[in-house]
Amino acid sequence: MTQRISIDPITRLEGHGKIEIFLDDNGNVANTYFQIPELRGFERFVVGRPIEEMPLLTNRICGVCPEAHNMAASKAADAVYKVDPPRTAKMLRELLYSAFYCTDHTTHFYALGGPDFVMGPDAPVAERNILGVIHKVGLEIGGKVIQMRKYGHNVVEMIGGRKVHPCASIPGGMTKGITEEQRKEIEEMGRWAVEFAQFSLKLFSDIVLGNPQYVDLILGDVYTHHTYYMGLVDENNKVNFYNGKVRVVDPNGKEFVKYEPKDYTQHIAEHVEPWTYLKFPYLKNVGWKGFVDGQDSGIYMATPLSRLNASDGMATPLAQEQYERFYATLGGKPVHQRLATHWARLIELLYAAERWVELVTDPEITSPNVHAKPTETPTEGIGIVEAPRGTLTHHYWTDERGVVTKANLIVGTTNNYAPIQMSTHKAASNLIKEGKVTEGLLNMVEMAFRAYDPCFGCATHSLPGQMPLEITIRNSAGELVDLIKQFVD
Amino acid sequence: MTVNGSKPKFAMYWAASCGGCEIAVLNTHEKILDVDANFDVVFWPVAMDAKYKDVEAMEDGSILLTLFNGGMRNDENERLARLLRKKSKIMVAFGSCACEGCIPGLANLSPVGEIVHTAFNTITTDNPNEVYPRTTYDVPEGELHIPTLSRLLRPLDQVVDVDYYMPGCPPESHQIAAVIDLVIKVIRGEAELPPKGAVIGVGNSTVCDECPRARNVKLIKAFKRIQDIAPVDPTLCILEQGVPCNGPATRSGCNARCPQVGAQCIGCYGPAEGTLDYGARLMTAFASVIDANTPDEIDKILDGIPDPTGQVYRFNLAGSLLKAAKPAWEK
Repeated sequence: MTQRISIDPITRLEGHGKIEIFLDDNGNVANTYFQIPELRGFERFVVGRPIEEMPLLTNRICGVCPEAHNMAASKAADAVYKVDPPRTAKMLRELLYSAFYCTDHTTHFYALGGPDFVMGPDAPVAERNILGVIHKVGLEIGGKVIQMRKYGHNVVEMIGGRKVHPCASIPGGMTKGITEEQRKEIEEMGRWAVEFAQFSLKLFSDIVLGNPQYVDLILGDVYTHHTYYMGLVDENNKVNFYNGKVRVVDPNGKEFVKYEPKDYTQHIAEHVEPWTYLKFPYLKNVGWKGFVDGQDSGIYMATPLSRLNASDGMATPLAQEQYERFYATLGGKPVHQRLATHWARLIELLYAAERWVELVTDPEITSPNVHAKPTETPTEGIGIVEAPRGTLTHHYWTDERGVVTKANLIVGTTNNYAPIQMSTHKAASNLIKEGKVTEGLLNMVEMAFRAYDPCFGCATHSLPGQMPLEITIRNSAGELVDLIKQFVD
Repeated sequence: MTVNGSKPKFAMYWAASCGGCEIAVLNTHEKILDVDANFDVVFWPVAMDAKYKDVEAMEDGSILLTLFNGGMRNDENERLARLLRKKSKIMVAFGSCACEGCIPGLANLSPVGEIVHTAFNTITTDNPNEVYPRTTYDVPEGELHIPTLSRLLRPLDQVVDVDYYMPGCPPESHQIAAVIDLVIKVIRGEAELPPKGAVIGVGNSTVCDECPRARNVKLIKAFKRIQDIAPVDPTLCILEQGVPCNGPATRSGCNARCPQVGAQCIGCYGPAEGTLDYGARLMTAFASVIDANTPDEIDKILDGIPDPTGQVYRFNLAGSLLKAAKPAWEK
């Protein structure tokens, strides 16, 4: 008797994601499908629009991480004109971006991923959320989290013009610079952010690493996949969010390729399945072998954990110390355990805060020289940045007036679609045996998602940190066999 | 508007949107606590856990206030809009997508089939067999379903009745805070609701009226691209410096944020008060700054705007009198 389990809807992905699990005759998992029901079609309707509007239009792909699209599109627009923005303009962009990263990673750790660890995966449902975290670690922390979000958005607005959907980045640089007064304010906020990041890492260390059960959970097999890892690195192979080359390491941690953004089409391809609106990127030179991991499968991951795996370290001193501790604790590189992504994210938070201070204290940051006028005839350009949820690629072709004639976008979370599909499958397969679905499946499936911080339709960035799930099990005649609910009254 | 002892119910939902509206609401920081103190939040996927099923089980009209963001891109979006309309006393089209279609509304310049075809034939897509998403698809284990894309992207009021409109991409947080304050006063009987159909959380003028830049009624000989003249003069009107700025047709309420950092207004707050068609009004405004004596000269100057359609209907196409370009109407 074939059984079918629908996880539909997942509230924070509601209207945006759905999982179908099919069981075989023995009640074990035959297959799972993670479906994305959304398509807005940016690649079509940016055609005909001027290249300088790409940073503004593609902001609207994602209101959670518009800064990432804004930056990738700006870099692509620079490339379309072959114009190199002045050093200060590039620093301002990266400064804005670093502050944004601090806000974004903070939200994920405290509201989404953190509660599973701080409270424990088996904690009572009512406590396994940000409020539970605050009650456990103190009310003061809640205030700090709000403060970090505020500071990050303040910097985005000061440099970029708006807190959501910034508008000051244009082909060739920025529309304006910052004043010394603004610089001082940004520096003060940045120094606070470094302390906040260190505090967050200490919290993680005390609560998670201090608990052998959690360490076992992280190192366990349920959330482990041996894939390739991708991340942007600087000239020293250190993690960088704004600029550099894309480096990919194989499942053994060995460099597989390091490519210039302009060469991405030689390395990345996207697989299509007819049951979803989202494509599955993979490494072209390894090939698409289906939803399997290992050296022979082109599936790669692009997350905070991937960036650490794909680099040789962090470019700032405090984050580097944490990077070394990370691998020493988890048994060397690369780390395949998806749950370690939460820790990696906090190391990136510290790096972003340190970088924020580095940039804002650069003597040239207040220079009024923030724009280089494009002089070349526009043609084609590619821009890559690291979005918090993965390597983000924007590619535009234009006519001689700089009007877009074709576009290609490979968006952060999309890189991880195949790994998420695999993680879903593995979590389900591990928990569903002989037709028995345990209550534990629900949170285990949630945790499989959360590590990736998925942003399908920008849906998962929320306060309480739980995905209400309802699993309905029906037999082939459509009769209800079992109904399991979580966070659903 | 007191509700027998219990707190009035509040909902917020996103259809085809980017999530920026939710972030803007979260960016009101402490105001969120006011919402929590004064409302029973019954449905808000980004912030709390409840499902379609829970909404379906509610009595009709039992939700006092629903902030609905996102456009109508597929049948599932439309289903939720109808459901929440039925359950809500006050339905607010929240943000540009719900009010006027926003950037995703530019999809209405081409047939929906082309949108799908483009996405699945990009340079990196490995699709030699022309595989496209299918709303119903048989896999070996059973049948899978995904929603059907609508022919046009539609603003909320083209699908259900809307009580109020709150524009902006996204609405600015200070405006959201002001609206939250107003609604709380209404609940306490200290203020009246605005008339049905009102645009809320906005100013009643244009972005130009909020813009600190000096306007000297100077005429221009040519339109320019921002990258060709940046940084613009920090004190003068951006349109008079030649960059097509949408301020003259766009509703006030944002404090002219983009012009304040040296970028042109792109029109995210939608049509100014009393504007029947945003594009028509903006074209009039552009025409009035052109310094030309002959039709040829006019043509030459207007050629300086590389994408006239996108320029004047960037956020407003789906909500305009036109709604879509001709190809999009094709079956």
